[in-house]
Amino acid sequence: MPDTSSHKAMTSRSSERFGKWLVSAPPLVYLLFFFAIPALIMVLASFRTPGEFGGLSPLVEDGKLDLNLDSYVRFFTESVYAQIFVKSVWYALLTTLFCLLLAYPLAALIARSPKKYRDLLLLLVILPFWSNFLIRVYAWMIILGPNAAMARAANGVLSWFGHEPVPLLFSSFAVLVCLVYVHLPFMVLPLYANLEKHDQALLDAAQDLGANGWQRFWRITFPLSLPGVYAGAALVFIPALGIFAIPDILGGPEDSLIGNVIKQQFLETRDWPFGSVLSIVLTVAALVLAGLAAWVGRSQLGTRSSGALSRA
Amino acid sequence: MRKRPVALWAAAAAGYAFLYVPLIIVVVYSFNNSRLNAEWVGFTLDWYDKLFHNQEMLAAAGNSLIIALVASLVSTVLGTMAGVAMYRYKTRLLPILVLTPIAIPEILMGVSLLIFFVLLNFTLGLASVALAHIAFCIGFVAIVVRARLAGMDESLTEAARDCGATPWQAFRHVTLPLIMPGVIAGALMAFTLSIDDFVITFFTAGAGTVTLPLQIYSMIKIAVTPEVNAVSTLLMLLTLALIVIASRLTPSLLRSD
Repeated sequence: MPDTSSHKAMTSRSSERFGKWLVSAPPLVYLLFFFAIPALIMVLASFRTPGEFGGLSPLVEDGKLDLNLDSYVRFFTESVYAQIFVKSVWYALLTTLFCLLLAYPLAALIARSPKKYRDLLLLLVILPFWSNFLIRVYAWMIILGPNAAMARAANGVLSWFGHEPVPLLFSSFAVLVCLVYVHLPFMVLPLYANLEKHDQALLDAAQDLGANGWQRFWRITFPLSLPGVYAGAALVFIPALGIFAIPDILGGPEDSLIGNVIKQQFLETRDWPFGSVLSIVLTVAALVLAGLAAWVGRSQLGTRSSGALSRA
Repeated sequence: MRKRPVALWAAAAAGYAFLYVPLIIVVVYSFNNSRLNAEWVGFTLDWYDKLFHNQEMLAAAGNSLIIALVASLVSTVLGTMAGVAMYRYKTRLLPILVLTPIAIPEILMGVSLLIFFVLLNFTLGLASVALAHIAFCIGFVAIVVRARLAGMDESLTEAARDCGATPWQAFRHVTLPLIMPGVIAGALMAFTLSIDDFVITFFTAGAGTVTLPLQIYSMIKIAVTPEVNAVSTLLMLLTLALIVIASRLTPSLLRSD
């Protein structure tokens, strides 16, 4: 190789390295400073002792480093927190399930529509997601409010049966409806992305072999859509697990979830170490479940596609 | 052709109704001549009039606007860099840092930044909120820009380099104009995310600073009045306008393939 071209290659490689450094460094440094370091500080804070007036006590006191597991011990020994955590997981699971039930027909309909309408139908699902989160919560305050038509109708029916009127607002029902409402688009998008790719020939073949609509759905469409289901479930479950505003606004006193306890620890009780422990448990739970969904989705996909291939 | 699936249509129609009826109710009651959001009494613009004379609300809207402008500007520059870097170079750390803030529950970023700012003795206020918003907007801008780059012919940039352009000239005169729609769409997205953000703002704003979502929150915690409907309607209109512009600029964002 001639000397000049290798020299040129070398300078272009070093200038490329410089270019790479130039474009990646600013966002990298910013996110290290305003995302990674605060997260690490929070992890560190979970091993500290709360300060006398909130926040944290001094890191080094009387020459001793203040690091302990007290807040973790508290989380695992005081059963009330474990209960709230389990309740949060339960609400998030219910939200995921109802989102799936509502999202499936929407996604299936969009996937079957003529190509020119698909973008519009999909946009109509995403659009409400872009309105302010609090507006969407507020909307349910109106709908479920004691003077609104829905509560009056529900209580009218109940009174026929001689039942006491029940408030719809400030209840677990209100919290769940709103959780489903807010997260629905996250389930529709991955489901649609999956359903859109399905091969119509498979369904036609099944029909030719005598499968009815229900069998075609359960034995072909649904199993093939599982990767989309898992992706949607992760996208709904993770944000639903950490939510605090919906129980705060629409829930009763028993509807406090893990997000509400975290908020309380940081803004009211000002027990940072314990709040940090709760936040870490929340993150770990969210990431473990998301990882699980991704793993199950991938292994399902692997066996399905290889199975389909061997059958073909 | 198989027969039309009526049940599917009905279920999907119910799904769309579920998505839209609540928002329509908010808008309709913003014009209702009654304090209660219960029965239609008559048309009025009183709630909008009250809104524009509500000093707290106007101050909150001003704060939201300042934060959103600063946050979208800075996060667009940083997010474009991140998008370009993630598309062109093999980097391991950058995608993790860019995408994790989007993937984890929002409250975590809120509380960790609260600890961070307080420990640094950084006064909570407009600046801390803007810094926090930039951090979570970078990822969204980066995703949009990277998507735009993926749909573009990279050989154009190489051709510019072969013709003797410096990397900066090639970027400035070839790559940037080509990805510009993606950059603008990312900026509008960041603006919308910032002006709508409640959770992270809630933790990083401190006691004295109020943004529009924080103002709405305290109003609905105290009493529900149609003034909230009016401000909600205006906010929805603003978001809708921004989304329409953004989608015009990058149709691929909405295209299904």
